[in-house]
Amino acid sequence: MERILFGDNQFFAVNHISDEKSRSQSIKFREDSAIIKTLDEARSFGINTFMCTTHDRIANICEIVRNDPEKYKDFKIYPCMPYAHKYANAVTELGIAGTIKQYVPGNLFGSILKGGVAYLSKDFLSIMELLVDAEMKMFKGVNTPVIFLQNVITDLFLGLHADEILIGFYNYVKKKYNAEAGFITMNMPKLLDVLEDGGVKNPIICSSINKVGFRMSGGKDLYEETLKTRQFRAIAMQVLGGGAIHPKEAIEYVCNLPNIESILFGASSKANIQNTVETIRHFDSINKA
Amino acid sequence: MIKVALIGAGKMGISHLSILGAHPDVEVVGVCDTSKMVNDFLSKYGKFNCFTDYQKMVDEVKPEAVVVAVPTKFHYPVIKYLLEKKISVFAEKPFCLNASQGQELVTLAGKQQIVNQVGYHNKFIGTFSEVKKIISSGALGNIYHFVGEAYGPVVIKPKQDTWRSDPSEGGGCLLDYASHVIDLINDLLAPVNSVKGSLLKSIYSNNVEDAVYSLLELSNGVSGVLSVNWSDDTYRKMSTTVTIIGTQGKIVSDANELKVFLKDSNALKGYSKGWNVSYITDLTEQVDFYLRGEEYSLQMDYFVRAVAGKVPNSINTFQSAWYTDNAIELIKNSSK
Repeated sequence: MERILFGDNQFFAVNHISDEKSRSQSIKFREDSAIIKTLDEARSFGINTFMCTTHDRIANICEIVRNDPEKYKDFKIYPCMPYAHKYANAVTELGIAGTIKQYVPGNLFGSILKGGVAYLSKDFLSIMELLVDAEMKMFKGVNTPVIFLQNVITDLFLGLHADEILIGFYNYVKKKYNAEAGFITMNMPKLLDVLEDGGVKNPIICSSINKVGFRMSGGKDLYEETLKTRQFRAIAMQVLGGGAIHPKEAIEYVCNLPNIESILFGASSKANIQNTVETIRHFDSINKA
Repeated sequence: MIKVALIGAGKMGISHLSILGAHPDVEVVGVCDTSKMVNDFLSKYGKFNCFTDYQKMVDEVKPEAVVVAVPTKFHYPVIKYLLEKKISVFAEKPFCLNASQGQELVTLAGKQQIVNQVGYHNKFIGTFSEVKKIISSGALGNIYHFVGEAYGPVVIKPKQDTWRSDPSEGGGCLLDYASHVIDLINDLLAPVNSVKGSLLKSIYSNNVEDAVYSLLELSNGVSGVLSVNWSDDTYRKMSTTVTIIGTQGKIVSDANELKVFLKDSNALKGYSKGWNVSYITDLTEQVDFYLRGEEYSLQMDYFVRAVAGKVPNSINTFQSAWYTDNAIELIKNSSK
């Protein structure tokens, strides 16, 4: 993975501290061309990986990338699935079984939904695999070397102790898409234990890592200790703590931590992208020297 | 270890179950749901002991506490059954479909001396707790007006009917969405005790309202406006805001950002004259396990600790949720 990954929250009005900011972002990025322009700006500073949720609008971005193979020859997308709000709204409307019926393509679910028959483990794994395929459709022909499970799903299964589904996702992504599975989580140390126990070596885990300990469940000390002593490929997100920490201080903290392979951030303006990239490179070069 | 069971493994129930499953002081002794698929999944992967009959589950696994997350119309019989067995209850919101059923359960819970809590999670959000602190300090002077708002994209087109579109089952924007805002106002200021007029508007739904606009008066005499619409897709998810205005200052707060305007420089420690802005990042408590928001973990942890006798059972009690049920009834009546 590259040192710096570009995120997509700003494109879809996700802002963890201000509803007003989300609204202005949603106005700024109402056209796909505005998203592409920002991605191109990020590329101009050497960021070639876009980590994004499987939002409907990403299909249009994939189309643009596919249609210009020369321009985007080094460009990679790390899909993060699912776009949880789509399913959450469906569950509200249709219930859990109704939602799966709506989103699982083909007849598999129809045949196993018939009453009376017990659901087997392989049925649930098949449902998971079909949902992954449905989410991956829009990325056909785009380079997706790492495929992520969103934190709301990772953490839901983590709490339910449905470890086999997490391991199943890892195995399926490898087999079907020849890609590495990644996991986004708000409970990094706990997830690492589960993945290791399930036989996943050196997993890719993306989690909140920031100076103020925001969304670092179990505490900042435990996260730092885990980074120091355990083997995994860490991606730090929410490094600015939702915008609460001064950017320079925030980045210095993350750059000084051991074992962080990549830093994920998103920004809407060219100046902010440039600033963040330069700050990361500045602290990285100090640490190298 | 506290022995906890769950009744109703739908959207909220599954989320509570995951949080309980990760809680170090909880042993999940049973799960009850009517869906075979959900039960098969939970017993295969989570190794949960699953049932389709809650009474049978209670008899068999003998929980100390139960989380009730079934549709609201089933709250009354299920909770009553549990209270009679002296089992502590965490119920999803809203509490009951009418104020008289709720009153009966409040009385029974008191008599049985069990821990009782309702899932109004806003009270565990750091920005709103800080609002409560500021109001209690008196820094706003005489409070004379409030606006409670919530908007979000739940029903954004005509849809097939579910229990959410049936008012007799607890559907509709007033019970499902506005209840959160009413409960917050009740807690921050004082319970609603009269309603001057209400508009319940159906936008896409056939049988229930999609928006609620109402003029409320509280038991302390303060009055204000309630404006809630669950058919507003300019919002990505539910967004709740309270604005509170007094003679010495004003507060505007949502779940992420708290803005406080004070006229005096020494009104409140840590706040200066003029606008003060703080964020949830500074105001939230750290949790041991996170799913969907700190508030969901914090409210469940509070319930578990109350059952263990470590904290008083004083936040989101049946009594406080009853005030909200009562206000809902007043709003309904005022719109007729």
